[in-house]
Amino acid sequence: MSDNATRQEALPGAAENHAGDHKPYAAYLLGLADDAMVYAQRLSEWMTNAPQIEEDMALGNIALDLLGQARALYPYVGSIDGTGRGEDDYAMQRDEREWRNVHLVEQERGDFADEMARLLWFSARQVELHTALAGSADDVLAGVAGKALKEVRYHLDHASLWVVRLGDGTDESHRRMQAALERVLPYLAELFDDDEASVLAAGLGVGVLPSSLHDAVVARAGRVVDEATLTLPNDSPWRSRGGRDGVHSRPMGYLLAEMQHIARSHPGATW
Amino acid sequence: MVVPVPVRMVGGVPVGVLVFVCHHGILSGDGDPAAASPRSTVDPALDALGPISHTGLMYGNDVIDPNEPLNAAETAVYDAAAAHDDQRDSRGGVGDEFDALIAADQRIEPRDAMPEKYRETLVRQIAQHAHSEIIGMQPEGNWISRAPSLRRKAILIAKVQDEAGHGLYLYSAAETLGVDRQELLDRLHDGRQKYSSIFNYPTLTWADCGAIGWLVDGAAIMNQVPLCRCSYGPYARAMIRVCKEESFHQRQGFEILWTLMRGTEAQQAMAQDAADRWWWPALAMFGPPDTGEATKGGHTEQSMAWGIKRFANDDLRQRFVDMMVPQAEKLGVVLPDPELRWNDERGHYDFGEIDWDEFWQVLRGDGPCNAERIAHRRRAHEEGAWVREAANAYAAKQAARTKESAA
Amino acid sequence: MSGATNPPRTDSHDPQAPAEVAHQERSWPLWEVFVRGKRGLSHVHVGSLHAPDATLALRNARDVYTRRQEGVSIWVVRADDVTASSPAEKDSFFDPAADKVYRHPSFYDVPEDVEYL
Repeated sequence: MSDNATRQEALPGAAENHAGDHKPYAAYLLGLADDAMVYAQRLSEWMTNAPQIEEDMALGNIALDLLGQARALYPYVGSIDGTGRGEDDYAMQRDEREWRNVHLVEQERGDFADEMARLLWFSARQVELHTALAGSADDVLAGVAGKALKEVRYHLDHASLWVVRLGDGTDESHRRMQAALERVLPYLAELFDDDEASVLAAGLGVGVLPSSLHDAVVARAGRVVDEATLTLPNDSPWRSRGGRDGVHSRPMGYLLAEMQHIARSHPGATW
Repeated sequence: MVVPVPVRMVGGVPVGVLVFVCHHGILSGDGDPAAASPRSTVDPALDALGPISHTGLMYGNDVIDPNEPLNAAETAVYDAAAAHDDQRDSRGGVGDEFDALIAADQRIEPRDAMPEKYRETLVRQIAQHAHSEIIGMQPEGNWISRAPSLRRKAILIAKVQDEAGHGLYLYSAAETLGVDRQELLDRLHDGRQKYSSIFNYPTLTWADCGAIGWLVDGAAIMNQVPLCRCSYGPYARAMIRVCKEESFHQRQGFEILWTLMRGTEAQQAMAQDAADRWWWPALAMFGPPDTGEATKGGHTEQSMAWGIKRFANDDLRQRFVDMMVPQAEKLGVVLPDPELRWNDERGHYDFGEIDWDEFWQVLRGDGPCNAERIAHRRRAHEEGAWVREAANAYAAKQAARTKESAA
Repeated sequence: MSGATNPPRTDSHDPQAPAEVAHQERSWPLWEVFVRGKRGLSHVHVGSLHAPDATLALRNARDVYTRRQEGVSIWVVRADDVTASSPAEKDSFFDPAADKVYRHPSFYDVPEDVEYL
């Protein structure tokens, strides 16, 4: 379907040819891929905008890792959902309602504290998730998760170092970091929702129930927040929901408009 | 006799890196002969550099506005300091040794005695180069969020990351000369130091990412490779590392244009438009003419004597044109110069007159993006101040805690 | 005596610099970075970077200097903590070694037909 699909580098998952091999848990994998893809898009916005040039590079590295994880999953999804789609078909040609990422990753870039709060929670979830998925009954997914685990551990480490420094730094940084933890709070519950696709994949031994990760993730993030002399907020009057069903928040449409517009302006073109 | 003085020793390169570079002929000149232009007679030493068409981005050209005092080196304060320095030299210490090292084509290292003007010239040139890498992140960074495929997005992130890294290597090299990076960034932010004017042009379409890789990085190569042999050790070593890492930059630019030229009509038009807009600014990157009369007693002559600059702007520009014309033909783009034609007698391509008024206008701040580039850079730096302060405060607290627990 | 050959700070000659560029913000300290390219090799100095503390210096070194698998191990050292020989002492430090040729195996005359020597 896409010329680009034939030009991919060797990526885990992409290397396998499972065309026509229908499996019922494509939607679950698509959620994993979309989380990584959309967060990579947001993180890459930091390049040229970070507090120090060294941090431009660090956030660029994290974005590249996540982009690589998404690129490893998309072609595999295409091979098991019966469409044969390639990575760019998923990334560039789907409308907002077809995206299955959580709201956390689509939120607009805030200040550096906001990003470190988001990265802390997201990476803590990814570490637990990929630890579990490394034992998946699906060999391709297990391979992707095994590689990703090393990467997301580093991401968690990076976020932790910064949350501690901002929390236990100056009065201003403490105030900003605490405020960021509060702003990110409404988007956390959605990370642990047992949506239909997750329940199905978990039942097959392929995926993991998001709710089963909750305690370990909170424990990880909590230790960092404690060390940072911050307080874990736990009371939000509202929470995000619906990302896995393609119901997104306002920034998502704009993110897609920007990300997809060149590709969509030239139907069928190769880049 | 050990002297406990803080020392800056930067830019060392692992043996493996040197070996890699030598194998590619940058230092040894024993590279693939097919890649060097057989026709070039500009300067035989240039051909001896071997294949350079696949190395990368570099803006070490030291362009100076003749109407402005350059920096401290052209002020009364400097003159006083230089006079002092000269006295010291004539008392038979530092000058002799420095001259002997330069004459023997040996590297000058950070703690060696050196003429103040050598130091000033290097600080300005390396800083200008580092600033160019950092500001140069913006025109392409601008397209990361819109890259038309995931493959292109990954490449672009990695490339912009490299530019940040190269800026850091170069700031490191400058810091061995006794300036702090913060001070250099301040000079960039308030306009006291320049960066390559090429980055004051906008990136209007996706094809511009290709044109930057192909033309801008290609032009930078011409300056960069000779600087691997610059007389100042840390700068030369930083350049070797940059050369090694950037081997993919120009290639990916060429590949973008190659793909576009084999794509739809709209894509071809996009590529041609980008070549039209970037060709002349790329030629101007080499700086104003400095051969013949222009070189006498000037900046180029002094920098050459010191081994900071190895080739004249005009020679490098000619070689660039000779290298790019066949590549443009291969791509199928038309270079926007009706006077561009092969000259059998000279053994080079003739090309039209560069608009130097435009060059100086942009250099002095009146280009399409000067204000935007600096504003962006300043905003990022200012918005990050509280983060950098927080990290300092945390480090101080930790140090105090360690002290306390040790007591 | 080393001070004589130490570079004067460049901005001390810059009339605009000292007053206007008084930072409220202190720069992050400078760290020298050493990378072991692969097992069996020594750590080699590759450059420097700025970081607020050793932990972040190590992380930054990873991102700045080993993006292309250039290393299997990294050291970072505060630049202030490096003690170096002075160029002024170069002669007395290193020249005396020049005439000790008997330290090198090629100094000795031995019969050519003796093996393993």
